[in-house]
Amino acid sequence: MSGARPVWEEKPTAVGLAGKGAALTAMALVVLIPLWSVLVTSLSSRQTINAAGGMVMVPKGIDASAYVTIFSGGIVTRALWVSTMVTVAGTVVSLTLTVLAAYGLSRPGSVGHRTLLFFFLLTFLIYPGLVPSYLVVTGVGLKDSLWALILPSAISVFNLVVVRGFFQGLPHELLDSARIDGAGEFRILWRIVLPLSRPVIAVVGLFYAVGYWNVWFNALLYIDSNDKFPIQRILQSMILQGQSPSFSGQSVGSLPPTQAIKMAVVMVTVAPIVLVYPFIQRHFVKGVIVGAIKG
Amino acid sequence: MSTEVPVAAGPSAELARPPAPEQPPGKRRRPRVPLRARLRRDWPLLLMTAPAALLLLVFHYLPTLGNVVAFQDYNPYAGDGPLSAFLASEWIGFGNFETLFGDPAFWDALWNTLSITAFQLIFFFPLPIALAILLNSVISGKLRGFIQTVVYLPHFFSWVLVVTFFVQMLGGAGLLAQELRQAGIEPPNIMTNPDTFIVLVTAEAVWKDAGWGMIVFLAALAMIDPNLYEQAAVDGAGRWRRLWHVTLPGLRPVIVLLLILRLGDALSVGFEQFLLQRDAVGRDAAEVLDTYVYYQSITTGNFGFGAAAGLFKAAVGLVLILAANRVAHLIGERGLISRQ
Repeated sequence: MSGARPVWEEKPTAVGLAGKGAALTAMALVVLIPLWSVLVTSLSSRQTINAAGGMVMVPKGIDASAYVTIFSGGIVTRALWVSTMVTVAGTVVSLTLTVLAAYGLSRPGSVGHRTLLFFFLLTFLIYPGLVPSYLVVTGVGLKDSLWALILPSAISVFNLVVVRGFFQGLPHELLDSARIDGAGEFRILWRIVLPLSRPVIAVVGLFYAVGYWNVWFNALLYIDSNDKFPIQRILQSMILQGQSPSFSGQSVGSLPPTQAIKMAVVMVTVAPIVLVYPFIQRHFVKGVIVGAIKG
Repeated sequence: MSTEVPVAAGPSAELARPPAPEQPPGKRRRPRVPLRARLRRDWPLLLMTAPAALLLLVFHYLPTLGNVVAFQDYNPYAGDGPLSAFLASEWIGFGNFETLFGDPAFWDALWNTLSITAFQLIFFFPLPIALAILLNSVISGKLRGFIQTVVYLPHFFSWVLVVTFFVQMLGGAGLLAQELRQAGIEPPNIMTNPDTFIVLVTAEAVWKDAGWGMIVFLAALAMIDPNLYEQAAVDGAGRWRRLWHVTLPGLRPVIVLLLILRLGDALSVGFEQFLLQRDAVGRDAAEVLDTYVYYQSITTGNFGFGAAAGLFKAAVGLVLILAANRVAHLIGERGLISRQ
């Protein structure tokens, strides 16, 4: 489908081309301008920010003091640490359990296969609702524990179905011959299936990691202590509720401009996603769509 | 690659199959292999599935059963934990539902939810289709890849981030207001105006997810047989007629599928998005069913009532999705769940 224009297709008109170009440019700019503006403002000095009136579009020198401030201890540093831990631990737990269950459910005809599959798929149609979930999570003693941000959402059945679909698309002969050679299921999963499944693992891992990094509402619901707040809670209270965070070790007068600090917090919240996602993106279609169709 | 289901988002493709047709019907060999032997063969698979199943049991099915507190005057202080409080609380039948249906704020929230769903069905739903068709017509693979990379990105941002970006761009102290003021124009009130809130939340949803929404349609477009286009062109169909007679029919199953999913979710319109902006815009415009449940239960401790509202929402959602699926069958599409 890429490459040259098919011979039977009409030559595009000048108006059509211009319209298309404008639409594509607009699509890109609508995403890039906010990112650019926030980035530049976070790196601007007080004079530049005041001269621009709040948001800076044209950089005049680089002033990284806002980043120094938020990384030198205080609530933002702690929240970044909390979010990193939750993201890493959560992704490991989610990926492990999802891959195991996806493999366990990938063989029609095994004991309990239909029942178990139904048990998993039924979650698409029936969901518990906020109040009972809250009661269960607090009831099992997870209130104010970071595990409350991980365990209740650890299994995404959607992701599981995608991984299972991908596993079922692998060549059966390969697994069968390993089985004949006496390899156990765990060994087959680890040695044969996983190395062949990197695209889907990467994509599903990204989905999980992004979910954990973005956790906000569950933190609002379950986390009471300030020192366990993930970064999204801090971002919300700073920008949407206008509270100024506390920073240790610096007097208020010597702090970089509030606007730069706020935008720096936005940038550190965006950064992990922007940095990781392009490497995974090329697997999207291969990993997910194919997995889903085969499923 | 199987082309039975043209292209579908994961769970749908999965549900579209009758569960595990392992044997051709008619000659199902049932207990040929005794259960004990099958267990000896398959226990590792069961062991692998167990942890995930356990988590779903505790955090999905247990709360689903827990919805029975909707029929209680649940008192969280009646015991030293939710379970003992549940056992000690009084059963009041449909009392919570009576209160719910008698509360004007509930009907306001329901009305807001349905208006926003309808509005987004018109102004959001077709957008990814149009964008995908536009992008698919770009010949340069590099340009296509670049645009995809850029417009997929906001899908991975949290709602806190999305609202933050909108505040920084369109809010009272944002980029737009600042530029307008410098040009001597009084900036309009965008982020806190209840009258235009429905447009704002739709714009936010579009910014976050319209790009990502293209991905299924792009995959479906790639699967349309290029010969169909060529034959249509040879028969004298121009580009608009080819769009109508080749492209759109090729996308039809995916469109129907996503419509069913959206209709089944008609009572959900992005909980976090509304919770984050409810204070700035006010309850009249920004209270939707999900935020109503939250403010009527978690913040007040009125759990039985909140569970009743949540149960109502889940029940209506289930009916909606089954009804939409039925309609899809009637118009000759496979829909979400096949008849078995």
